[in-house]
Amino acid sequence: MSTMVEDPRLVSTRSGFGGLVALGRQKLGEGELGPLPVILGLVLIALFFQTKNDNFLSALNLTNLMIQISSTGVISVGIVLVLLLGEIDLSVGSVSGFCAAIMAVLNVTHGVGGPASVLVAVLSGTLIGLFFGLMRTKVGVPSFIVTLAGITGFEGAQLYILGSTGTLNINDSFITDLINRLLPVWLGWTLAGLLVGGYVVGILLGRRRRVAAGLTVGSWLLVGLRIGVLAVPVLALTALMSTDRSRGVIPIQGVPLGVVIFLAFVVGFDLIVRKTRFGRHMFAVGGNEEAARRAGINIDRVRIATFMLCSTLAACGGVLAASRLFAVNQSSGGSDTLLNAIAAAVIGGTSLFGGRGTVWSALLGSLVIFSIANGMDLLGYEASVKFMVTGGVLLAAVTIDALARRGRVAAGRV
Amino acid sequence: MAAAQNSHILELRHVSKRFGAVQALTDVDFEVATGEVVGLVGDNGAGKSTLIKIIAGTYHADSGDYHFQGKVVTVHGPRDVAALGIATVYQDLALCDNLDVVANLYLGHEEAIGPAGPLSVVDEVPMERRAIEVLRGLAVKIPSVRVPVASLSGGQRQSVAVARSVMGQARVILLDEPTAALGVAQTRQVLDLISRLREQGLAVVVISHNLDDVFEVCDRVVVLRLGKRAASMDLRTSTREQVVAAITGADIDVEAEAAELEATP
Repeated sequence: MSTMVEDPRLVSTRSGFGGLVALGRQKLGEGELGPLPVILGLVLIALFFQTKNDNFLSALNLTNLMIQISSTGVISVGIVLVLLLGEIDLSVGSVSGFCAAIMAVLNVTHGVGGPASVLVAVLSGTLIGLFFGLMRTKVGVPSFIVTLAGITGFEGAQLYILGSTGTLNINDSFITDLINRLLPVWLGWTLAGLLVGGYVVGILLGRRRRVAAGLTVGSWLLVGLRIGVLAVPVLALTALMSTDRSRGVIPIQGVPLGVVIFLAFVVGFDLIVRKTRFGRHMFAVGGNEEAARRAGINIDRVRIATFMLCSTLAACGGVLAASRLFAVNQSSGGSDTLLNAIAAAVIGGTSLFGGRGTVWSALLGSLVIFSIANGMDLLGYEASVKFMVTGGVLLAAVTIDALARRGRVAAGRV
Repeated sequence: MAAAQNSHILELRHVSKRFGAVQALTDVDFEVATGEVVGLVGDNGAGKSTLIKIIAGTYHADSGDYHFQGKVVTVHGPRDVAALGIATVYQDLALCDNLDVVANLYLGHEEAIGPAGPLSVVDEVPMERRAIEVLRGLAVKIPSVRVPVASLSGGQRQSVAVARSVMGQARVILLDEPTAALGVAQTRQVLDLISRLREQGLAVVVISHNLDDVFEVCDRVVVLRLGKRAASMDLRTSTREQVVAAITGADIDVEAEAAELEATP
C-alpha cells in the first residue's frame, strides 16, 4: 500500500518566505494569478494619480469614489454570479433603471412608504430574473438573446412608467439615506472590526479543525498574508473615512451607508459562492454541465436561482443609484451601467467562460474603472479621453486573462 | 461453477434491443460476480455500448430480464441503476476541471454543516479526510486532493472518476474504455486500480479494445459479435488467439468450445 506522496509541485506546504515566493512563481506560470494583478494595478493607478494631483488619495475623494462604485458594484456582483455559470445577463442596466423607476413611481407618485417601495422594486427584479431563468432553462433561449431583448424591453417599460415628466425627484429620507447616510465613527470602526475579526477567527478555527483532523495546513506566513490583504485596506479605508473631510465648519466624517451595503453584498455573496452547496454547484455547472447533471445536481434550478439573484442585485443597484442621485430619470441605468458592471467583473478576474472567478472581482474591478475615471476627472480630461483609457484598461484585463488562460493550458489546467 | 453462478450480483438474461432497422442485441446474456473482473469485448458495432447502456439504465431493453442479487428488478432509468449500487464511468469521465479532487469526489453529495439545503455550508474537513482515505485504499497517487482536476494526468483523472463511484458505495462498476488514450505508466496505474477494486469485493465490468489490458486484468471475457453473445471465456484457460477468433468469428471450433464452456453447469 503506497502512501500519498507529497508532490514537489505543491510548494505551498513549504515554510518560510522561500516557499511563498516559489508558490507565487508557480501560480504566475500556471495562470492562477487570483486578484494579484488587479491589486497591483490599483496600486499603480493610485500612485500615478496621486503624483499628478495630491487630492486623489484624500479622504473626500476616496469616500466619493467608494460611493460612486457602490451602485454599479452591487450590479457587478450579480454579473459575477451569472459569469460563474458561463451565462451572461445584458439587461442588468435597464433592469436597474426599471426597478428604480418602480420604486420612484410608488414612492413619489403614489405616496407609498420608502421601505415598501424599495421592497417592491427589489422583488420586481427577482421576478424578472425568474422570467430570464425560465426562458433560459425551460424554453432554451440562450441567455445572451433573452437578456438582449430585456435591454430594450425594460428600458421601454422604464420610460412608460416614468410617463411624460421623465424625471422623479426623491425626497423620502429612507431611500436617500441608503447611500448617503454617514455612519457614526464608532459604528464604522465596529463594523470594520467585526469584518476583520470574523475573517481572522474563521481562518484560525478552520485551521485548528484541519490540524485536529490530521490534514495539511498552509504556512503561518501565508495565513498572515491572507489576513493582511483584507485587514490593511479595510482598516485604512475606515480610518480615512473616519477623518473629518469637510472644508467648512460642520465636520463630515464616517463611513457612508452605501459603502457598507455594497461591502456586505460582496462579503455575503463571496461566502455563499465559496462555502455553500449552492455555490459549489454553481462552479460545477459553469465548469462541466454534463458532469454536474450526472452528479444529480438540478442544473435548471441552479440556473434559475442565479438569474434571479442577478436581476435582484441589479434592482438593488438601481435603488442605490437613485438614492445617490436623489432622483430617477429616463437615463437611469443607461448604457454605461451595463458596460461598467460587466467590465468590472472581467477586470477583477472573473472568466467569461464560466467556472472561474470570485465575487471580490466586482469590488476590485469597479475600483479600477472608477478610480481611473475619477483620477482623470481630477486632472481635467475630457470624457472622450476617459472612454478611450477605460476601453484600453478593459482590453488589457482581457489580454491578461487570455495570457493566464494560455498559461493554464500549458500547465494542463484548461 | 455452480457456486459462482449463485453469487452473480448482476445478471441480464435474453436481452434484445432494436434501433429501427438495426437489431443491436439479440438474446444476449451477461453476468458478473462479486470480486470478478469481466471484460466485455467485441468488434466495433458488436453491441458493447448498447449492452453497457442497458445495464446502466440509459437504454431500456426491448425484452429480457434484469437480475440484481438474484432478484428480478425493474429498471426505469440511470437513477434506478445507481440506487442499486451500479456505477458507470464513461470515457468522458464527467469531472469538473475547475474543481479540486475533493469537490469532484463529493459532487452532488457534499457533506454539510447544519440542516441540509442549498444554503447549507459545505463541511470540507470530513470530506477531505474521507477522500484521502478512499484514494489511499485504492492506492491512487495524486499530488494533493486540493488541486484542480484539470492539473492531473489522464490516468489520475480516470482514477479519480473511479474513486468517485466507490465513494457512492457502488457494488458493481462499469468502466467504458478505461485505458483508451492513456500512456504506458498511466495504463499501469488504472489496471492496478481495477485489481484493487476486485480485492475490495466489487464486481467490475471493463469494456476494452485492448486485449493486452483485458488479459492482464480480467478473469473472464464476454465476447459480443454482431449483437449476439459469441462466447464467455475463462482467461486462465483461454489464449489470445481464441479470444480474437471469437471476436472475428474466424474459428468455428472456438465458438463450439465456448458454447460447451457455457453449457457446463
